[in-house]
Amino acid sequence: MAEVTVTVDGVKYADSVEPRMLLVHYLREVVGKTGTPIGCDTSNCGACTVLMDGESVKSCSVLAVQADGAQVTTIEGMAEGGQLHPLQQAFHESHALQCGYCTPGMIMAAADLLRENPHPSDEEIREGLEGNLCRCTGYENIVRAVRRAAEAGVNQ
Amino acid sequence: MTATEEAPVAELGRARLRKEDERLITGQTNWTDNIKLPGMLHVAFLRSPFAHARIRSVDVSAARDEPGVIAAYSGADFAGEQGSLPCAWPVTPDIVIPDHPPMATEEVRYVGEAVACVVARDRYAAADALNAIEIDYDPLPPVLDIREAIKDGSPKVHEAGNQSFDFLFQQGDLDSTFRDAPVVVERTFRQQRLIPAAMEPRAVVASGVGGEFTLWSATQIPHILRLMLAMVTGIGEQNLRVIAPDVGGGFGSKLQVTAEEVLALLITRKLGRPVKWTESRSEGNMTVHHGRDQWQRIKIAADRDGRIRALDVDLLADMGAYLMLVTPGVPVLGAFMFNSIYKMDGYSFRCRGVFTTKMPTDAYRGAGRPEATFAIERIMDELAVELGMEPLELRERNWIKHEEFPFTTISGLTYDSGNYEAATAKAKELFGYDELRAEQQRRRDSADPVQLGIGISTFTEMCGLAPSRVLGSLAYGAGGWESASIRMLPTGKVEVVTGSSAHGQGHETAWSQIVADKLGVPFEDIRVLHGDTQSSPRGMDTYGSRSLTVGGMALVSACGKVIDKAKPIAAGLLEVSADDLEWTPGRFTVKGDPDKGVSIGEIALATFAAHALPDGVEPSIDADATYDPENFSFPHGTHLCATEIDTETGFVKIRKYVAVDDIGKVVNPLIVEGQVHGGLAQGIAQALYEEAVYDDDGNLVTTTLADYLVPAASDLPSYVTGRTESPADNSLGVKGVGEAGTIASTPAVVNAIVDALRPFGIHDITMPCTPERVWRAIHSARGGEQASAAEQHEARQNDQTQGNSPAGIGDIDQSGSTS
Repeated sequence: MAEVTVTVDGVKYADSVEPRMLLVHYLREVVGKTGTPIGCDTSNCGACTVLMDGESVKSCSVLAVQADGAQVTTIEGMAEGGQLHPLQQAFHESHALQCGYCTPGMIMAAADLLRENPHPSDEEIREGLEGNLCRCTGYENIVRAVRRAAEAGVNQ
Repeated sequence: MTATEEAPVAELGRARLRKEDERLITGQTNWTDNIKLPGMLHVAFLRSPFAHARIRSVDVSAARDEPGVIAAYSGADFAGEQGSLPCAWPVTPDIVIPDHPPMATEEVRYVGEAVACVVARDRYAAADALNAIEIDYDPLPPVLDIREAIKDGSPKVHEAGNQSFDFLFQQGDLDSTFRDAPVVVERTFRQQRLIPAAMEPRAVVASGVGGEFTLWSATQIPHILRLMLAMVTGIGEQNLRVIAPDVGGGFGSKLQVTAEEVLALLITRKLGRPVKWTESRSEGNMTVHHGRDQWQRIKIAADRDGRIRALDVDLLADMGAYLMLVTPGVPVLGAFMFNSIYKMDGYSFRCRGVFTTKMPTDAYRGAGRPEATFAIERIMDELAVELGMEPLELRERNWIKHEEFPFTTISGLTYDSGNYEAATAKAKELFGYDELRAEQQRRRDSADPVQLGIGISTFTEMCGLAPSRVLGSLAYGAGGWESASIRMLPTGKVEVVTGSSAHGQGHETAWSQIVADKLGVPFEDIRVLHGDTQSSPRGMDTYGSRSLTVGGMALVSACGKVIDKAKPIAAGLLEVSADDLEWTPGRFTVKGDPDKGVSIGEIALATFAAHALPDGVEPSIDADATYDPENFSFPHGTHLCATEIDTETGFVKIRKYVAVDDIGKVVNPLIVEGQVHGGLAQGIAQALYEEAVYDDDGNLVTTTLADYLVPAASDLPSYVTGRTESPADNSLGVKGVGEAGTIASTPAVVNAIVDALRPFGIHDITMPCTPERVWRAIHSARGGEQASAAEQHEARQNDQTQGNSPAGIGDIDQSGSTS
């Protein structure tokens, strides 16, 4: 077993984990952050995307031990003080989700996209989210939502 | 609740933001895999590595000694109790429905079939211990190509042979029509095998306490599942509760009674502890039922002026290794749909279901209608070329005119409403049809390396499954009704119970709008309950674009009953005769004295107290209703697609996609637009990207999302959507919308690709139209060298040029094929 200390959504956790444990399993099963779902086993779908020290990672392709000492933000840490994050608000207002399974990863990936490029074109949004799959929306409204959040100045 | 309360604005047609979103965007979701019960164990399955083999022995004893392992089982351990997974749709009286044990005991018939399992303290320990299970197999020959499987002498999948059924429908005199018709065009099209790939993998949790069992499952059909599980396992239906918590998409793939659901229930019964199983994506690609997989031979006869005389369809449909819940019914639905929106004098539809050693097929978004629509819309373009007619003109020459509705088609359906002229006119305008045709000509004239193609799909479909008596006549095992209940709470709030089981469709929002409109209560005051057989005991669940047209209508009926029950109570409260009352949504008022009235909430409170109700009136205005539709729902539309094809690389880019859909009246335009977008994406994906591929040994090689190409945002275009409105023949005027985009878009895209390549003498590209296939077709048309080995392998999988036509599908015109 390995000792890890990880700050998740602002709370510090210290745990013993198997060295092979994936970060996403650590988040879901040890910390109880089930808001981050698992959609595949080859890091193609992006449903499990979280921010690790501010950058998006697919938490199925990171070991929990690699997150030792890191700050992890999940979808559950995005709203602050009862206020939805502008991306969450934009996804709601643009009808950018249907079943919602890809949504946590999509929002976290979009947050990283807007951090790097606060005013992306539609094409840049599509390219920037190509690591995240959605089966319901056909992406049209996801692109609209990210554009809406960008226009609202999410990163300013 | 006061007498001065204002009636809310109309809810129907309003773009309400969804109630469901709050939990989904904040991660407060309740997916099945999130569930943790005290003492819960984890199940992992060992699956067959062979497409076809006899099981000589299974030894799980060493697995039981692994750390953290509570139990390990082989099929023999479930022998007396696992039953056979159900097939509810015996489409012909002599259909062969093989025994389908949830865990294989004697023979495995596809790669991925469960042969043993381990139950352990956590999922890692369960997966580890699978390595300790010893299984001895005698491999048998795989059966992979339905065109070969149907022939005498093919290795058998089941003892009874490889043909499951032979379904025939005929109307009119075909022989003489085909003999006398001046123009006959015949083609063979391939519907490749698809993987539904809902984003949420399947998951099951089962628990049994004191003889009462609860099963949580990522399912579309909690009600049907409860009944089927009771029948398969022998657990009394009254002792079984099924819950579909938040479900992350289905597209038909979760319209199933799965081996894992049955086995989870049996394991929890054996061990007396709750168990969970969650599939990995690779496991799911192999073992969630697949979709499509047909060879379609279609022949059309017409006059020189373009009038269609007759249509002859002969399908081979790959059932896979077993018949699952509605496996045989899916291709047979095509019987009603190949004739589509067109008038004709003769029609023949034959479909043979064929077994192979592959994952069973079953419903996938559209289920039988996309396949039919693809073939008819493709051959309409081929016929147009043969006649030298503009393809839209050919369609208009043959479609049902708007003044002819209601219209009974040659396959016997009565289309209630439609206006193909209006949808097409709108689509052409949004598309810029004439300008794009002019640009296409310019590019052809200048031999531009990037060629432009225009694809048309004027489609209809049958959904809103379904009138029970029609289902009965088709030998389906259940009815097609839906149930709804309204519970009027003393505070004036409303609980709505629906038998529909949403998994992304937004029923909590749309149903609230309907009830708000009908009862005049605020949208926010309504809670919609679904997906739990305890709170919603009756239902037929969600599939086949049925929820609004059947479930929504049940809701309207229940609202009507609430109002009827409220009326005598209102009369009592107002001390007037019921005949003197007038209902406007939300209130009864006294005729001629609109200030004197009582709200529906006040009436609900009055029934709670029940102190002064009129004699003989029960103290409740709650109501249940069950609605059985009299007809299917027939959405239609015109989709136009422009593709740019780089003739040097074979790369296809969708330049413009216009979808004009007529789904009648709309409850929530935001939700409708989302359904259309998602449908388009899946239909386009079939045309361009997706295919489940098995190798020559019967191994699925597209087990991951790296190999099975579910498109990303960067792979898809932005869509232009529009609507026309021909109200359906129900009191809401609504039609289904969930599958329309998928049904319409695949032929629109392929027609556009072929249209771009016509000058090369190319008349078909096999789906998915990958850059490689498009490039090879162009290369070959230009007189390229002999096919490479890779090309030949590819051709074996899907091409129509090999000399292995299925028995009875001989004499196929091969001129339309790829190379």
